[in-house]
Formats: sequence, C-alpha cells, structure tokens
Amino acid sequence: MFAYIVRRLLYAIPILIGVNLLTFTLFFVVNSPDDMAASQLGDKYVTPEAIANWKQKNGYDKPLFLNSQAAGVGQVTDTIFFDKSVRLFAFDFGRSESGRDITTDVATRMWPSLAVALPTFLVGIGVNICVALMVVMFRGTRLDRGAVFVFVALMSISYLFYIIGGQFLVAKTWRLVPISGFHTEGQVWKFLVLPVLVGVVAGIGAGARWYRTLFLEEANQDYVRTARAKGCSELSILFRHILPNALIPILTGVVVLIPSLFMGSLLIESFFGIPGLGSYMLDAINSQDFAIVRSMVFIGSILYIVGLLLTDISYTWADPRVRLS
Amino acid sequence: MLSRFAALCTRATLLLGAALLPGCSDGPWNNPNPESPPGLLTYQSVMSPLPPKHLDPALSYAADESLFLMQIYEPPMGYHYLKRPYELLPLGVEDFPLISYTNAAGEPVDPDTEAVAFSVYEMTVRADARYQPHPAFALDDQGNPRYRFTDPAAGRQYRQISDFPELGSRPVAANDYAYAIKRLADPFNASPMLGFMAQYIVGMEAFSERLKDIPRDGWVNLDQYRMDGLEVVDERTFRITIKGRYPQFSYWLAMHFFSPIAPEVDRFFHNPGFLDRNLTLDWWPVGSGPFMMVKNDPNSEIVLERNPNFREDYFPTEGAPGDAEQGRLADAGKRLPLIDRAVFRLEKEVLSLWTKFLQGYYDRSGESHGNTNRVFDQAFVVGPDGVELGAELAEHGITVAPDVKPAIYYYGFNMRDPVLGGYSEERRKLRRALQIAFDTEEYLNIFYKGNGIPAQSPIPPGIPGFVEGEAGINPYVYDWVDGAPQRKSIAHAKQLLAEAGYPNGRDARTGEPLKIFIDVQSQAISSTSMNWMDRAFGRIGVQVEYRPADWNRTREKLLTGNTQIFSHGWLADYPDPENFLFLLYGPESPLICQCDGANNASYERPEYDELFRQMRVLPPGTERDALVARMVELYREDAVWLFGYYPKDIYLNNPWVHNNKRHGISKNTLKYVRIDDELRERKREEWNQPVIWPLYAMSALLIALLLPGVIAYRRRLRATARQ
Repeated sequence: MFAYIVRRLLYAIPILIGVNLLTFTLFFVVNSPDDMAASQLGDKYVTPEAIANWKQKNGYDKPLFLNSQAAGVGQVTDTIFFDKSVRLFAFDFGRSESGRDITTDVATRMWPSLAVALPTFLVGIGVNICVALMVVMFRGTRLDRGAVFVFVALMSISYLFYIIGGQFLVAKTWRLVPISGFHTEGQVWKFLVLPVLVGVVAGIGAGARWYRTLFLEEANQDYVRTARAKGCSELSILFRHILPNALIPILTGVVVLIPSLFMGSLLIESFFGIPGLGSYMLDAINSQDFAIVRSMVFIGSILYIVGLLLTDISYTWADPRVRLS
Repeated sequence: MLSRFAALCTRATLLLGAALLPGCSDGPWNNPNPESPPGLLTYQSVMSPLPPKHLDPALSYAADESLFLMQIYEPPMGYHYLKRPYELLPLGVEDFPLISYTNAAGEPVDPDTEAVAFSVYEMTVRADARYQPHPAFALDDQGNPRYRFTDPAAGRQYRQISDFPELGSRPVAANDYAYAIKRLADPFNASPMLGFMAQYIVGMEAFSERLKDIPRDGWVNLDQYRMDGLEVVDERTFRITIKGRYPQFSYWLAMHFFSPIAPEVDRFFHNPGFLDRNLTLDWWPVGSGPFMMVKNDPNSEIVLERNPNFREDYFPTEGAPGDAEQGRLADAGKRLPLIDRAVFRLEKEVLSLWTKFLQGYYDRSGESHGNTNRVFDQAFVVGPDGVELGAELAEHGITVAPDVKPAIYYYGFNMRDPVLGGYSEERRKLRRALQIAFDTEEYLNIFYKGNGIPAQSPIPPGIPGFVEGEAGINPYVYDWVDGAPQRKSIAHAKQLLAEAGYPNGRDARTGEPLKIFIDVQSQAISSTSMNWMDRAFGRIGVQVEYRPADWNRTREKLLTGNTQIFSHGWLADYPDPENFLFLLYGPESPLICQCDGANNASYERPEYDELFRQMRVLPPGTERDALVARMVELYREDAVWLFGYYPKDIYLNNPWVHNNKRHGISKNTLKYVRIDDELRERKREEWNQPVIWPLYAMSALLIALLLPGVIAYRRRLRATARQ
C-alpha cells in the first residue's frame, strides 16, 4: 500500500502544475498586471510611473511565460509564472497584493472554516443517513413516496433561500441567535448554530435521497432477507447489516470531502460573516488578488488529491477484500 | 432498541440544552458583540464590504481606509467640523502655513507677479502633539530602541502589537513630516501620490529616481537622503517648496498622505521576520491623533481606543447657521474625544448589517459602506409627501443625517465620437435633446429613493462656484417655473433633435434610426434601470444599446476613447472648484496625456483650458468666481455630460448617538461622536426579546412527524406474517 500511496503522491505533481498553469492563464487572460496595479492603486491620479512602481514592487514587471530578453534557462525561470508558481510547491504562498502574508492568513482563517464546516458535515451525514434509513424502512409505502417528494422539493430550493430564510426567521424575526458574526471570545456556539442548521437542512434533500438509493439497493439483497428470517428487528437490520454494506459508495462521496472542510464554504461564510477560507477566497476574487486566488486554488487541489487518496485507503478499512496495489 | 434510541436522543437534547442555556442568560440571545472592556464607552460600527487594503498613509487612497487613518494620524491641516462651506484649519501644526514666493533664483518676489517660480510653505508642529504609546518608541536603559532585532527568530514571540510589553512615546517632530513626504517619493512604497505630487514638490522626482538604485536589504533610512523641496528648520519647523503657485496645496496638506511618520516607527516595522507576521506599518498605523489601533483583524474587526497622549482638543463652540438651533453645539467646549473605544466590524451582507442596526447592535447604519443604496432601499418608503423614513425606523427613534456629498456621478459623452461628439451647433443640439430626454429627477426617485440632486453644473453644493436658485440652473435643459427648475418638454427635445438632423430620431439623410451606445459597468447597472433608459430615450425616438463590462474593460475603453457614452464619478479630494473643473480640462484627457486622465469625455475647448489655467493659481475671490462661472457656462453650452447628480450621503443613527452632522471631505469626525450608553442598553434589551414559541412549535412538529412512523414501526413489529 505504501508504494501505492507514494505513486499517487507523485502523480499529484503534474496535476498541480497543470492546475497552476490553468489558473494562471485564466486569471491573466481577463486581468493583466496593469489592471491589477490600477485596481490596487485606486481610481485617481494613477500615472504610468505609479503602475510601473507597483508592478516592480510586487514582481509583475516580467513577461508572463517566456522572457525573450533572458538567456538560457532564464527565458523560462525569469518570468512571472515561474516566480509565482515554483515556491508554491514549497508551501511558500508569499504575500497578497495588499502585502499580507498568505500563509499566516490561511493558518488563521482555517479554524473558523473548520468550526462551521465540521459540525455541518458530521451532523449532516448523521441526519441524512438516519432519515434515509427511516425512509427505507417504509419503502414502497405512502410515507416513502411522500418523503421522496419532500426530498426533491428540498433539493429544488436554492441554497441562498435557506440562508436568507434562516436568517430572516431565526435571527431577525425570532431573535434567537445573532444573524451573523464570529467571535472566539465567549460564546462561539451561538454564531455556529444558524449556519450549521442551515447547512444541514439545505443538504437533507440531496443527501437523504442519495443514501436512500444506496440503502434500497442493499435492502433487496439476500443477506437482508436472511437477517429478517433470523428474527432481527428492522432497526438492527438497517444499522447492523445494510449500513455497513453500503459504506463503499458512502465513503466515495464523503471521505473526499473531509480535507476540503478546511476550505470552508463560500456562501455560508460570506452570508454569516464567518472569517474563514471561503470568504477569504471570495474577497480575493472580488478584489482581484491573484496571489490569494492562486494559493487557494493550489491548496484546494492538494486537499482534493489527498481526499481522493484517503477515499481509496478507506475502502480497505470498509471492505477488507479491497487491496491497493 | 427504538425506545433506547429515543431515550438516548432525549438525554442528548437535555445535555445540549443544559450546556447552552446558561450562555443565554446574560443579555439578549442574539447579541453579536462581545462584551466591551468595563468602563470604556464603546462605539459600535461597521467596515465596508471588504476590509481595508492599506493603512499606510503613503499607500492608502480609499475612503474606507481614510476612515481609520484620519482617526489615528493628524496631517498638518484639517477642517472645521460644523462650518459650511468647508473651512480649512490647522490640525497637526500650530497655524496656517506661512507661504512665501520666490523667483527661479530663489529671491523673494510678490505673489501676484509672473516671476513666481516657487512657493515655500513653512509650518510649525504643535508643541503638544505626541505619538500614541507604541513599542517602536520604547527604549532600553542605554537609550537605544528596545525592540531592534537582527535575527528573525529573536522577535518571533511578538505576533501583534499588544504582545510587546514595553511601550514608549515622544513628541511629534518636524522631521517626521519631512520623512513622510520622502516615503511618498520612495518608489519602493509605490505610493499612488508619487506621480501627482512629483509635479509640484521640488526635487521629489529626482529623489525618487535616486532611491531606485539603492540596494534594498531591510530598512533604508530616508533621512540620509536629501530632497530639495524639503527643509527641516528646527525641531518643530519645516518647509516644503513647490513649483510655481498652487493654492490648492493647502488642501492637500489636510490629507493623510502628509501625516507625520516617525523614522523609528518605520525602522521598527522593518525588523526581520515582522513582515511574515503581518507586523507592518500598512497594518498597524502609528500616529498622534485622537485614537490608536489596538486590534486589526481584517477578517473580522478593527478596534480603536482613545490615545492617552492625544493633545488637548475641544468640541467647537461655533458652527454653521442653524447648528445651534438644532442642538449641534450641545457639547461645545468639551474635551475630545467623547468616546473611549470604537469597534468596526466587517459586514459584507446588507441583510446582516441592516438587521443588526435595527436590533441596536450597530450605533449607525455605517460610516462607509459599499452597498449603501441597497441598505437605504429598506430605510425609505414613498409616502404622500415624497420619500420618507419607513415606519419601523420612525418607531425606533432613528434619525437621518443627510449631507450632499462633494461628489458627482455622471454619464458623459465622448466628445471625439463621430456621432455624438464635436462642437458644431448640430451636435450640441443633439446632445441637449438627449439631456432633456433623460429625466434625472425621475431616475433618482426610482433608483435612489430621491437620495441625490440633479446636477446643474460639475460643481456640487458646499463647493465655491455652486450657485443656487434660478441663476444656478442649466438654461439649456431647465426653465425656472414657480420658484423651481423644470425640465424642458419632450417636444422641445424633439425639436432640437430635428434641428440636429434627426427628425423623430431618424437620420434625415439615410433614414436610419439613431442608436446610441452606453458603456456601463456590469455591477453598477440593473436591467430595470436599462429598461427605464430605453423608455426615456424612446420618447424622442432614440434607440439605446448597452455595452456592459467590468471595471478593467471599462477603464480600457476610456483610456483608448473607445466609447460613446460612459458612466463615471468623482469624489472631491478637497473643497475647491478646481477639483471638479479639472474633469473637463483638455490636457487631462486620457487620449492626450496617455494616462488615467480625469477628462474622460475628452472635452477640448481652448477657451476653457485657458480659463482653467488662470483659475487654478488664483486665490479665492470675485475674479476667480467669474472664471469659474464662465467655465460652467462653457460646459453647459457644449453639453458635455448626458446627466449628472450629486449623491446624498445618508446615514441613519440610533437615538443614542449624538453629533451626527456629516462632513463631506474630512473623515476625522469620530472624536466628536457621543453615545448615551444607558439608553443604548435599555433599547437593546427592549428590542431583542427572543420569541420562544417557534422552538416549541418546531418540537411539536418534529414529534408529529416522527410519531406516525413510530406507530407504524411498532405495528409492523407486532404484525403477523399474513398481515
């Protein structure tokens, strides 16, 4: 398995280079270094000298990909792409366009992201699995059909509706929790209740429906009939027999998300004022801060690759017959 | 098993409830603010949708950043808080600059002669101006800086300014002002002011060029390099020499760019490793103003506290006419600042900001917020008497503090455009027809809830050159009827259009319909406003096509003149007509200066340009007023902009906030704010009683949903095989 993990990690390098190249190209197609300088310097009295100074200070005064003025390897290495990309592989994210250290910001911001994403993830999985199992218990009945209808309805509603509706009802009208914000001083939980609730409720439709499909497939297997014939209770059949056997597809969809929890959620963090990595990314896009966007895409790619690797490893735990080679 | 599961759930719920409920006991449940330190009167406000990018006075050039900088720094000049028109006052210096004039040889000359080659501004720093307590000023027993490291590891335990145990301070020195100007010139800082100020301050460009060649390894002591236009006469006196005459320079001295920077502070922030922990002057400003920054978490909040070393400063004892009657002098003579602490929380979404304001958790609707239009959409309703405050706000005792911003938003014509541009009478008539068709009053009422004033000229109210009443209207677009301006009729616009060669909106020669193209910023326009404009121009038979683009593309079009009608805006740097009339000065056209010039319409009229050159060097007076009036007349005659309006700066204040008069130019008004803390606490408690019944209702609903399932499950367990 060790060789497999090493091989997968080595595969990651060209993937990361490709992702980086793509991000870089896309960003600079719509946003030249001159545009970045102008947006950072403000709208007034921006002279060509000021733009040139800004580009020099921030390392954008070189060609993007190929430096025809340089000699030898310098043609490739003495470029913005090389300067900005290579050090990412050493996890040196450099500074944002406004001068802040990105590594420090990422390290600070990932905890609020995690504080919201982790409970949403865990509670969400728990609720979705329980609801799906309950529905499976009544498969083929009106309750089952009604539940599927509700799931589809829940899936059809925009995520924004849950957020704004939740804020309007729970925070504005009923005044039970703060409408937004985040503070580590004092009662952190009261800032997390609403985003977690919204995250969980918004995910029930799609989640429970997906798990229901998985469980239904298992519920028709012979071992289930055998268990029932042995006299096992329905709950025991659901939790002790069906659930473990449906783990492989569940793990496929779930484990890959675990590392990405650090990245937070763009919408939830933005609307609930959570100073996490999701809102960090959104702010960077809005303020055209390429250094942050590039770093976040890079981190996101790494976490996704790690997630996929963990998924593969988790198969061996869920099903001892699986061997990685 | 089911009953065991249910029991487990009940126990978990009880435990969770027991854990959470004690937290709910102190104050309203929905209070988002952490408790303020005891004994400190705290003002609660918001930051704009994005945190400030720069807090270094040499780098920052944004209103939301100025909001912080102007509380922390004291530039040489400032403005009277209450008086209008805006009145310049000495702030960081003892008196107004002593201005002397010299010829090219450096000999004194009369200011009114052509021989003036240089103006020398001499200023004396206040004797009582002193920096806030800061580790950069802390000294060890030998009198050396306490925190000066050579190794990044040495200072790694310091992650925030509050981590430094020893603090120091010293009086503000004349050299600090000179040092700040040198920082503007340092190309390494990439100050947005360098290019502009180098045109005026003697030796700034050469100084900047010289610094380009200096190796950068850590701190560069700018005191070692001389700038010709700067002279430190003694500990408290300094001189700035500028080229020629530029009376507006005094206004520039009121901007944060000219705030004093102590060299040892600059040196402190260049300690190795500090940059990696975001310990920079750009994030931790250090000044001598009424407040100092104690927390800077751009992800969440910025906290200012009273500077214990702030000089003696008092609330003004006189104001503009009507201020005394409106109670604005109630705090006259009181020592400033009137609050101890100010917290600015990052608020990105309008719903959150608005809700917290109505719940009393923000004292004001915002000092500066990018989404103000959307905020105020919810504040105002259209009643029988026009636009008025909504009922909920009136019940809360919320007050409005409107102030017409010294700014103008406008849609301009590209004067080089082959269809709409040009200076022939036909083209003027064509543009005037479009001006009349665009009903600015209706536009503002529909899309801005009336929070703007249609512009009759480029000069907004409060700025010399703005004329009220009949004499101030644009006679090409308005008539004066019953004591108010009235837009000319659509019939008149149609007639102008016909005279311009477009009868009924069709080209008289080709029969083709006239189609105009408007470049708009995607984020700044909605489909409803585009529909409204279609209808407005449709009344004279003109078709419109929109070319939305992001700001970068729009800017590119302006720089290359590839536009027909464009939207733009200008917020005054200082209260002088020159700061608005230069928007039409020929050499400021991006196509002429090959730069981000302000004359995006590319308006070029030799008479206007000549008048502008004369006006900009004249002191205030009738001669200058006459030139300004003539320039405004030329602007109207040539119909350079499709329409313009002066935006109203509207802020809502909860009833416990006092001294709410807005200042369109200056941002250092936080020191005047007074809070009635007792009323605030009472109202917050009253407005935020939680509504509990939904919790019971939801529990009941959950049970109602689960119960049939449980019953069905039990029935199934008891059922026989046949059943």
